[in-house]
Amino acid sequence: MASSAFAPPSSSLISHKHDFGLSPAKCKRSHSRRIVSVMAPQQTQRTPASTGSVKTAMTLTEKILARASEKPALMPGENVWVNVDILMTHDVCGPGSIGIFKREFGQNAKVWDREKVVIIPDHYIFTADERANRNVDILRDFCKEQDIKYFYDITDLSNFKVNPDYKGVCHVALAQEGHCRPGEVLLGTDSHTCTAGAFGQFATGIGNTDAGFVLGAGKILLKVPPTLRFVLDGEMPDYLLAKDLILQIIGEISVSGATYKAMEFVGSTVEGLNMEERMTLCNMVVEAGGKNGVVPPDSTTYKYLEGKTSLSYEPVYSDQTARFLSEYRFDVSKLEPLVAKPHSPDNRALARECKDVKIDRVYIGSCTGGKTEDFLAAAKVFLASGKKVKVPTFLVPATQKVWMDIYTMEVPGSGGKTCSQIFEEAGCDTPASPSCGACLGGPRDTYARMNEPKVCVSTTNRNFPGRMGHKEGQIYLASPYTAAASALTGYVTDPREFLH
Amino acid sequence: MFCKLCRMSAFSCLIDSAAVSISKPKQCFPSGINGGNSFFGLHPKVSLSRSISFIKMRSILPKSRIYCTLEAAATSTSPKTFHGLCYVVGDNIDTDQIIPAEYLTLVPSNPDEYEKLGSYALIGLPSAYTTRFIEPNETKTKYSIVIAGDNFGCGSSREHAPVALGAAGAVAVVAESYARIFFRNSVATGEVYPLESEVRICEECKTGDTVTIVLGENKLINHSTGKEYRLRPIGDLGPVIDAGGIFAYARKTGMIPSQAA
Repeated sequence: MASSAFAPPSSSLISHKHDFGLSPAKCKRSHSRRIVSVMAPQQTQRTPASTGSVKTAMTLTEKILARASEKPALMPGENVWVNVDILMTHDVCGPGSIGIFKREFGQNAKVWDREKVVIIPDHYIFTADERANRNVDILRDFCKEQDIKYFYDITDLSNFKVNPDYKGVCHVALAQEGHCRPGEVLLGTDSHTCTAGAFGQFATGIGNTDAGFVLGAGKILLKVPPTLRFVLDGEMPDYLLAKDLILQIIGEISVSGATYKAMEFVGSTVEGLNMEERMTLCNMVVEAGGKNGVVPPDSTTYKYLEGKTSLSYEPVYSDQTARFLSEYRFDVSKLEPLVAKPHSPDNRALARECKDVKIDRVYIGSCTGGKTEDFLAAAKVFLASGKKVKVPTFLVPATQKVWMDIYTMEVPGSGGKTCSQIFEEAGCDTPASPSCGACLGGPRDTYARMNEPKVCVSTTNRNFPGRMGHKEGQIYLASPYTAAASALTGYVTDPREFLH
Repeated sequence: MFCKLCRMSAFSCLIDSAAVSISKPKQCFPSGINGGNSFFGLHPKVSLSRSISFIKMRSILPKSRIYCTLEAAATSTSPKTFHGLCYVVGDNIDTDQIIPAEYLTLVPSNPDEYEKLGSYALIGLPSAYTTRFIEPNETKTKYSIVIAGDNFGCGSSREHAPVALGAAGAVAVVAESYARIFFRNSVATGEVYPLESEVRICEECKTGDTVTIVLGENKLINHSTGKEYRLRPIGDLGPVIDAGGIFAYARKTGMIPSQAA
């Protein structure tokens, strides 16, 4: 039995604490950032004798990696070989990963487990670009040859609806198809693979070579990250969304503030978020440089998973006395809608302070802001206004299921209208075929690609120069509420103008 | 396939070209060489005015990651060095600037597309960068070393980023810090050495400066300014990059079986 006489309060196990309430603190960017790839916090080691227990306190992330590497315990900084539960790839990186797999393991090699590889074409789908189309063919040939169980194929590009297997954006599809399970290790050849951390698993993005390696070996060498803890408490105001929360955090710690670290999101606000909102939170962990993001699984998680997966899973949680590198506390009730101004996701500003910024278009889509909840949120603002948008407003549902929801789900308080009806009445463009769309520009003929320098408010995840196509394009990252509000005025607009 | 040796103007005055037989690129690639060994066809008595001894040949052939070395008269292996012109960029150079998304339809494991990818390296930099990394009518860069500020390679996990730099002819990046996926991809592919400086050398070097990196001594010398800088030791990654990337390393340490036929 652990002696309680020597049980330091959890606050002493955190190197430094930060409290944030009212207005966003200034981002320290003038001095150079020394990135240390590992940092175990300096704390006195508790000898086994003093606790009576040999069990080491670990964070959620450490526990997942310990189990996956078949070790009883591990510490940040250790390099460990980890068993992979799911490897995901898509049309952009899949062919390259397959090429490396075949080159290194042999032309006739078989993947380590045909049920653990999930292949999801989603990036450059609805385009005339021959190479892009060829890349989907490469995926298909590989899946046939390897008898891959989960391949969400598309063959008829003229009408996505006639492709029963096609899903759309990989990170949303992984969740919807039940591939995200608490306690597991999920890797993907895409930086936003960290989205799956919303399910309390270790999920991170890797390159083609690492993916080629995993295809053959089913394992990967990883360095255990220390964890930054973000405690979000307070009642979520009805004009804020998870996107505002993560923009707040990235603005606080900068685009390299979480490099090589895990980001753990806890607190009453987080517990009150639904799964899609939690996914938005974890999605942009990579924008802070983070290795992975996690939300502890709870009844919300289990309820979402019911009927989606038949595989059993075992969730893990951070120990009470686990060591965190830093802890940041936010009183969410005091936060305001935000944007990330061009050209960096950490260029945070209050939406209301950008009200003089005239915009040319609005884009609502992507794994970050193109899920069902995101469109419901946008619809809420259009409904509250009752007016028409003043700029072209592009809607790109992430997956087939999201598209269906837009056309079938009733928006609360609308008297039975669907999102699609509300969007049509507001003068938005017709919801497009589900894919990553213009979030990352893509081939020239991609729907809603920014081919001229324009100012765009977008629910996507990055706004570096050229991100949506044109190098001189100006992208303001925002929540679906803020994006919809901005569409209605033609300027960057705080959604409180319409939501009360 | 082209040989960096012929390209680097900084070298041409140092080497007695008669002593180096690189008439056909294929002759540069005897298979299996992987480290500082002597170069096929090189006259053993050739001497160089400098101890520049390391030129990385970019191979698009499967399996081979060949290092050809011109050794000074001494028989002991000289430390690995990179020498050439540097190209300087700032902080937070993200993967969209390194290789814009519209070029990601190119598959890096396909040799022709690998070369094409290289021709687009750093094409996404804003117009404020008046000197281009690759001249408009060229496919390779004349800058073999990229010097950067913080958080180089942030953004996407696309391996096309370090691959494009390597395919273009860069051998090393020296940044103040890296985004982790880019760093990891550089090591896994062995395309560029991701080195770290201890100070902000991007503020003290200019595009076009001639620099030398002496890897074994963790040192960067800027010949144009005369200054020297310490680099952080490559540490654990050394064996992985030396082996030729993650696969070669895993085979060497018995993690995965030797290459299937």
